[in-house]
Amino acid sequence: MGLRSYVITRILLTIPTLLLLLSMVFLVMRVLPGDPVELHFEKKATPEQMERMRHLLGLDKPLWIQYIDYLGGLVDIRYLLEHGYPNLGKSMQTFEEVGGQIFSAFPATLELATYSMIIASIIGILLGVVSSESYNSVLDHVIRGFGTVTYAIPVFFLGIIFQLVFGVYLHWLPTGLRLNPVIEPPASITGLYTIDSLLEGNIIKFFESSKALLLPCLTLGIILSGMFIRMTRTNMLETLRLDFIAAARARGLKETTVTYSYALRNAFLPVLTMMGLQFAILLGGAILTETTFSWPGLGRYIVQRINFRDYTAIQGAVVVFGLFVTLVSLVVDILYAYFDPRIRL
Amino acid sequence: MTKEKIKRSILARLIPGLTSLTKRGPSGWMVILGIIIVSVLVIMTVISPWITPHDPTKIRVGDIREPLSLQFPMGTNHLGQDMLSRIICGGSIMLQVSALSVLVCFAIGVPIGLFSSYVGGFFDRACSLVIDAIYAFPGLVIAIAISAMLGPGVVNMALSIAVVYVPSYFRIVRSQVLSIKELTYVEAARATGAKWHTILLRYVFPNVIPSIVIVATINFADAVLTAAGLTFIGLGITKDIPDWGWDLTDGWNYLSSGAWWIITFPGLMIILLALGFTLIGEGLSELLNPKLQR
Repeated sequence: MGLRSYVITRILLTIPTLLLLLSMVFLVMRVLPGDPVELHFEKKATPEQMERMRHLLGLDKPLWIQYIDYLGGLVDIRYLLEHGYPNLGKSMQTFEEVGGQIFSAFPATLELATYSMIIASIIGILLGVVSSESYNSVLDHVIRGFGTVTYAIPVFFLGIIFQLVFGVYLHWLPTGLRLNPVIEPPASITGLYTIDSLLEGNIIKFFESSKALLLPCLTLGIILSGMFIRMTRTNMLETLRLDFIAAARARGLKETTVTYSYALRNAFLPVLTMMGLQFAILLGGAILTETTFSWPGLGRYIVQRINFRDYTAIQGAVVVFGLFVTLVSLVVDILYAYFDPRIRL
Repeated sequence: MTKEKIKRSILARLIPGLTSLTKRGPSGWMVILGIIIVSVLVIMTVISPWITPHDPTKIRVGDIREPLSLQFPMGTNHLGQDMLSRIICGGSIMLQVSALSVLVCFAIGVPIGLFSSYVGGFFDRACSLVIDAIYAFPGLVIAIAISAMLGPGVVNMALSIAVVYVPSYFRIVRSQVLSIKELTYVEAARATGAKWHTILLRYVFPNVIPSIVIVATINFADAVLTAAGLTFIGLGITKDIPDWGWDLTDGWNYLSSGAWWIITFPGLMIILLALGFTLIGEGLSELLNPKLQR
């Protein structure tokens, strides 16, 4: 199978997965015990008011019609072109379009997630390689210990400690928000403040937005790095025992050449797959990190909506999370096939 | 075999198993350290009613956010409650929720995994598709959605966490069974005319157990962290029962006052509990990884 036909098959295979995922979200939000409208009002409304609310949101229709409406809204191309986002229904709290609210919050999450992933992979791969090179030495144990501990730290706890140390005690870094409220955000081109401010040529805004990004990204990056350390270390150890490494050493190549251009290249593929899976964990971590740092992204949106018991908004946000993860895993699989021709066979 | 005999044989295997861990290098010690941490925390929580120096829920208006002192070795929170006492008994909800979620995962994931992979065919493919879809989804998002729908409560919280981790059990069991069922001894069992369920339970299942134990310990650690996360975003159980997750979240609201003790101690306890399980899981997986044995 060539790369192109692999990509096409992989994309086609995404469709049933997506359908399944959307159905599961629907199942959880509509079929599980608990009436959204009743939960929203917490028994403070009259039955008539609740009935009206159900009618407004279309929750009084039979379940299967709701299901079709829900799927239909997502693939409604005309709506998508008109608004720039898919139809995810109206919020129970504000009666605004959930899609619009989500897509204005999304860039903040994307920016947080991207930089955190970069930090995690740099720390993780570097420490993982060092750890495998010095297998069973004190350094190896220290790095492994670090990896294990990061895995056990609740991400919000690390964030709170950072806020306490660098914000409350030292006053070095801001403890929340994407940008100092005094500064006007850069014109939205990509929605990522660091990139937009560079495009605008405004160094101060770039500096300020990077400063705000530092603590949240470091928090999430450190927490995720543990998995990368473990994956890189295990894969490097397995690879370093293979015959071709012994052959490379026997030819008198430098140990650094053997480690970095021979072993790491081979050990990297499983790490790449891991990155795809990590992305889901990263988004989960982003919800908690955003809450900790008042970061106005999708995670904070979902948490705020939970406090309002705004079920249509929660459902929309969950769907978007799912779409995002599916997209990332698609990209990772295609990259994997590109790097490792065996996959395409 | 009588019950007594079974008990003796399990104990007889367990004790040398534990002592032999000390001879297995750092991974063995990780497992031992993990077991010690977890047992100490569990015992502390169980006997907490008798060992707390103060009543953990008693509000003292005069002692709000007191720093560490002899009377309050871990300080007090914004209600003047003694933090040490709250720390000692604060693990109960978290332990209940995670233990229950592990049990539920085990009870659902393992049988489906065994059956599905052994039978194969359409059933297996359908199961895998559903499970993979859940597996790919951000776990915390599923837990949030389900727990928001089900409402607060130990069982509800455990269920919402369990849904996230069932796929891990299914996948590990399935991948193991797929390789084990092709082995010669299983073929031999089939040739002697053993029934399929006998083969599955007597011949295949025992060889899957080590992997399940690893998944279960990791699952335990994750469940602790997820429970803490759910509490942090406001889906916790109740304020009335002392809980590390609640205390941490509550202390965070008073962050600017600089009262680090309200935040730090509950956080460290959550880390310790999760770390205990992680150590066991990671140590075991290294001990059982044939590729790393010299």
